[in-house]
Amino acid sequence: MTLLNSITVFVLAVFIGIEIISKVPTMLHTPLMSGTNAIHGIVLVGAMLIAGSADSDLEKALAFVAVVFATINVVGGFLVTDRMLEMFKRKPSKPDAE
Amino acid sequence: MTPLLALSQTTINFTYLVAAVLLIVGIRRLSSPPTARSGNWIAAVGMGIAIFFTFLDEDITSYWLIVVGMAVGTVIGVVSARLVKMTAMPQMVALFNGVGGGAAALIAAAEFHRIAPAAGHLSGDSVGAMLFSALIGSISFSGSLVAFGKLQEVLPGRPITYAGQQVVNALLFAALLGLGVLAGSTEQGIWMVLLLLGALLFGVLLVLPIGGADMPVVISLLNAFTGLAAASAGFVLENTALIIGGTLVGASGTLLTVLMGRAMNRSIANVLFGAFGAAPAGGAAAAASTDGKSYREVTADDTAVMLAYAQRVVVVPGYGLAVAQAQHAVRELADLLEARGVDVKYAIHPVAGRMPGHMNVLLAEAQVPYPQLYDMDDINPEFPRTDVALVIGANDVTNPAARDNPESPLYGMPILNVDQAANVVVLKRSMSPGFAGIDNDLFYEANSAMLFGDAKSSVEKLVAAVKAA
Repeated sequence: MTLLNSITVFVLAVFIGIEIISKVPTMLHTPLMSGTNAIHGIVLVGAMLIAGSADSDLEKALAFVAVVFATINVVGGFLVTDRMLEMFKRKPSKPDAE
Repeated sequence: MTPLLALSQTTINFTYLVAAVLLIVGIRRLSSPPTARSGNWIAAVGMGIAIFFTFLDEDITSYWLIVVGMAVGTVIGVVSARLVKMTAMPQMVALFNGVGGGAAALIAAAEFHRIAPAAGHLSGDSVGAMLFSALIGSISFSGSLVAFGKLQEVLPGRPITYAGQQVVNALLFAALLGLGVLAGSTEQGIWMVLLLLGALLFGVLLVLPIGGADMPVVISLLNAFTGLAAASAGFVLENTALIIGGTLVGASGTLLTVLMGRAMNRSIANVLFGAFGAAPAGGAAAAASTDGKSYREVTADDTAVMLAYAQRVVVVPGYGLAVAQAQHAVRELADLLEARGVDVKYAIHPVAGRMPGHMNVLLAEAQVPYPQLYDMDDINPEFPRTDVALVIGANDVTNPAARDNPESPLYGMPILNVDQAANVVVLKRSMSPGFAGIDNDLFYEANSAMLFGDAKSSVEKLVAAVKAA
């Protein structure tokens, strides 16, 4: 049953993932790629669970690197996206030349 | 150590639901310019909630690994995100993507090691997901590193090909599937290690033959891969936050990849296996066909006069503008021209630069108002009425061969019809071909002239000359 639940969540998430970005203007493609890139940093949650329950040294080593990697993904991803988007703020508009 | 405050799995799952909603709302808002920035932060808050409540999971009995690991990762993440130049953004995204994939693969490896020693303990449900996560995560990790290397020009940007490449890749992939079956059925660590190493090698071999011009598509695809790797890690750990977050990225990343490919008129298969720009036959033919042609060189002063007395000018930015950091100088030039009553527009090709939207980001940094930025479909009808098209460091996206010459490897790619403008001035460092490695017929047209030099210094010369004109 758990597997079926997981698959249900998975299938619904596929549809949502496609639906929510289907009308993105080209100019936002790079920030969007960067933003979704940060979001798969959610693997950090998995890395934490593994690191917090690791028994052997090998598991601890693997989990530690996983935590470091995933944290870089999350923190770097959101900050870089914010830096890109910061530049999109409207400047005080001056009358158009036309 | 006992957990700080052990919450029931139900409570934690509820917080994951809240986090998932915030991630979805965040991505949704990222898709529209006025809300994009807040969308990013909403997604970050969702992520923060998921991470915070994971700390309270009763399965976590030791904190120091997590805390130290997160501290190290935060420092690296903050420093690299702050220091990276805007022009290097694409490869930075590739790196962040790669480490995410690496994390998913490591989770799978650690989980395999934890469960496997007692044979027969791997449940059929999770073993497939575990192997998939290891495979895709590793491919994404090494593939992203190669993409980084190509964009950073540590590795050659041109496709690296050799005879029988696709056969080797196909055999390696078949071997990986075999290793996956062995690892899953025998539950012996050696097969898992071989699977991980083989997948790393496969990621390298997959991206090496792809030309630098296609890197945005590849990064987007690897982004989707990492999402799927994270989702399958979620299946292994039976964790809904991972499944939802990973799947959202897997699905939206795949769609984004298809959209980008479509903008370049190339299928994903063509990007991955076409070794674009390497084809010696096509390349030689293209070079030969331009041998007899000649181009015209123009000075900055002449160009400035042409611009100052034009009515309509369209600026076509490309990667050369990004490399030279010329966006502020371009903005200054545009302001000067506008003050003289010239109508200035920017033509943004969907794949100009090295990522879709790359030019928009750079011009926004220079505070170019975005009503002045026009998409390809909106600006193309304007070129016949344009006095001067100023091509700054753009190349392949202006090549008329893509429209007119069925022999060209670029044929079929939608381009900016720059050649239809009355005058075309191309700012370029030399006559060398563009990122796709294909000569540009535009440069040899009668209405085209070349202004050689670094984009920034050329534009600065134009600014000075327009002031004097």
